[in-house]
Amino acid sequence: MSAVSSATEPSQVAGRARAGERRKQFDRVADGLLFGVCALAALLGVVLMLVIAYQVVHGAEPAISAFGLGFIFETTWQPNFGVFGAGSMLFGTIVSSFVALAIGAPIAISIGLYLSLLAPAGVRGMIGPLVEMLAAIPSVILGFWGVLILAPFVQGTLEPWLHDTLGFIPIFGAPETTGASVFTASLILTIMIVPIIASISRDLFLAVPRDVQDGASALGATRWEVIRGVVLPSTTSGVVAASLLGLGRALGEAIAVTQVIGAGSAINTSLFKTGDTLASRIASQFPGAITEMHKASLFYLGVILLVIGLLSNLAAQWIGRRFDYRRMATK
Amino acid sequence: MTGPAFDPTAPLTASGNLRRRRAFSRIAELGATGAAFFAVAILAIVIYSVAVRGASALSFEFLVTGAPTGIAPALVGTGLIVAVATAIAMPLGVLTALFLTEFAGEHTIRLSKLTLDLINGLPSIIIGLFVFGLLVDHHKQSGFAGSVALAIIMLPLVARGTQEVLLLVPGNLREGADALGVSRWRTVLTVILPSALGGILTATVLAVARAAGETAPLILVSSVFDGKEVLFKMSEAMPNVPVRIFQLSEEGNPEGIAQAWGMSLVLITIILLASVGARAMHARSRRKMSS
Repeated sequence: MSAVSSATEPSQVAGRARAGERRKQFDRVADGLLFGVCALAALLGVVLMLVIAYQVVHGAEPAISAFGLGFIFETTWQPNFGVFGAGSMLFGTIVSSFVALAIGAPIAISIGLYLSLLAPAGVRGMIGPLVEMLAAIPSVILGFWGVLILAPFVQGTLEPWLHDTLGFIPIFGAPETTGASVFTASLILTIMIVPIIASISRDLFLAVPRDVQDGASALGATRWEVIRGVVLPSTTSGVVAASLLGLGRALGEAIAVTQVIGAGSAINTSLFKTGDTLASRIASQFPGAITEMHKASLFYLGVILLVIGLLSNLAAQWIGRRFDYRRMATK
Repeated sequence: MTGPAFDPTAPLTASGNLRRRRAFSRIAELGATGAAFFAVAILAIVIYSVAVRGASALSFEFLVTGAPTGIAPALVGTGLIVAVATAIAMPLGVLTALFLTEFAGEHTIRLSKLTLDLINGLPSIIIGLFVFGLLVDHHKQSGFAGSVALAIIMLPLVARGTQEVLLLVPGNLREGADALGVSRWRTVLTVILPSALGGILTATVLAVARAAGETAPLILVSSVFDGKEVLFKMSEAMPNVPVRIFQLSEEGNPEGIAQAWGMSLVLITIILLASVGARAMHARSRRKMSS
C-alpha cells in the first residue's frame, strides 16, 4: 500500500467512495499534485548536491587553469606575489584532524561504552543529553573560548609538560609564545567530534544483542572481556564509520580553527607551532581577498576540501552499510 | 585457558589470574566512566566561562541598542536570517521526507538519503562558497544569501528528522484511511502529517539551533555591516551574532572581547534552550506515539 505510486494508479480506493465523478477527478489531480511536489522537493536535494559541486569548481577555474594539479602540493602561499599553493594547508588539515581523531575516538568510544553498558539508568539519562549538548555549542563560541581560555592553559601548562616528558619525539617541540598552535586547534576539534562519535557508538553498542553478552558473562568473562570479546568485534565497522564521520567534521571545521591555529604558512614537525587548514584559510582570507586569482585560489582550496570531505563521508556510508547488511544476515 | 595443571576436584577460588582479570576490568570501567565525566566537565567549563564573563557585559541597554554599546541589530539580524532560512528549509524538508516515506521506491530512497547525508556532511564553509558564487559574486552581500546558506544546512536535518517520525506513524492509520476509501493526499494531510507534527517541530527546532550558531557561511555572504541600527532589509548585508563574535574575537581589543562574551552568552542560552526544549518535546511525542 505504501509503494503504490498514485501517479500511475490513481486512487484505486476512491472509486469505492460514494462521492461523485467530480470528486474522484479532484482527488486524482490532488494526488498527482502531492506526488509531484514531493518528488520535486526530493529531486531538489539531489540537484543541490551537484550544483554545489559545480559552483565550487566553477569558482576555482581561473586558479585551476593557472596552477593545475601542482597547486595541491605547492607549499608557498603569497597573495601579494600571486603565488598560491595548498600544500601547507593540506598538511595542517590532515595533521590537526588526525590528532583530534587520535585523542577523541578512544574517549568517545569509552563514553559510548559507558552510556550503553556501564552507567546506571538514572546517570545515563543525565549524562547522555549533556554529552550531546557539547555538540550544540556553536563553533564560533568554542573557538572564542579556545583562544582566550584554552590557549593560555595549553601554552603555559600542557605544552611545557608534554615537551619536558615527551620532548624526544619531534612532534612535541618547544612551546611558542602564544597558545595559538596546531595542537590547540586539534584539542578544539576533539571537543567537537567527541559527542558525534560518542552518540553514534552508544547506539551501536545498545544494538548488540543482550543474550550474546549474557552468554559470555555466563562463561565467566569479566565485563571488560565481554566488551573486548563480544561488543567491540561485532560493532567494529560501525565504530569505524562513526570515526570517519567525526573525521569529516574535523576536516571541514573553519571558524573555530581559524581562531586558534595562528594562520602560519609553514610546515612544521612540531604540533606546538602555528599552522593552517584548508577551511580555516578560506574563512580567514576570503573576506579580504581582492584579486580574482586570490579568490579563485581560495575556491580551489574549497574544491580540495570538498573532495576530501565527500570521500570521508562516502567511506563512512559504505562501511556503515556493510555493517547493516551483516547484522541483517545474522538476524 | 585450561592449563595442564587443571584439577576438576579443586575448590573454586579466585586464583591470581582471575584477580588480575577482575582488576583489569575494573580499571577499564573506571576509564570509561572517567571519559564520560571528563566530557561533561568540559561542557561545564565552557558554559561556566561564558556565563561568568558574559554576565558582566549583559544589561538592558546591551540588548536593545545598536553598536557600539549594544547588540540589538545583530540579534534581530540573526533572528530574521534564521526565520527566512526556516521558511525555506522546513517545507522542502517535510516534502522530501513525505516523498521518501510515502511514494519513493527503494532505489530512489537510497539515492535521496545518500545525497541528504552528503549535504549534511559538507563543511559549512563549502556551502558558504557555493552561495557566494551563486548570489553574492558580481552582486553584493545580503541577509537573504545568508538565509539560503543556512537553509541548505537545515534541509537535511529537517528531512531526516521528519522521515524518522513519519516512519513511526503506525501503519494501521494508513490502512484504516485506505479502507475507508480516503484518497492518498487526504490521508497525508489529515492523518499522517497531524500525527507526526510534534516530531516535525522537534526536527525543525533542532535544525534552527544548529543554524543559529553557524558562522562560516555567513562570513562569506553577510559580514560587511556596521551594526549601528536595526535593519529589516534582507537584500542588504545583515548584522548577525555569530559573525560579530568572530570579528570581535579576531580584533582582540578588550572592550570588544567583553561584548563578544556577552553575545556568546545570549547565543548559547538561546541555542541550549532550543535544543533542550526540542529534546523534551521529542521524548513526549515518542511516548504519545508508542502508547
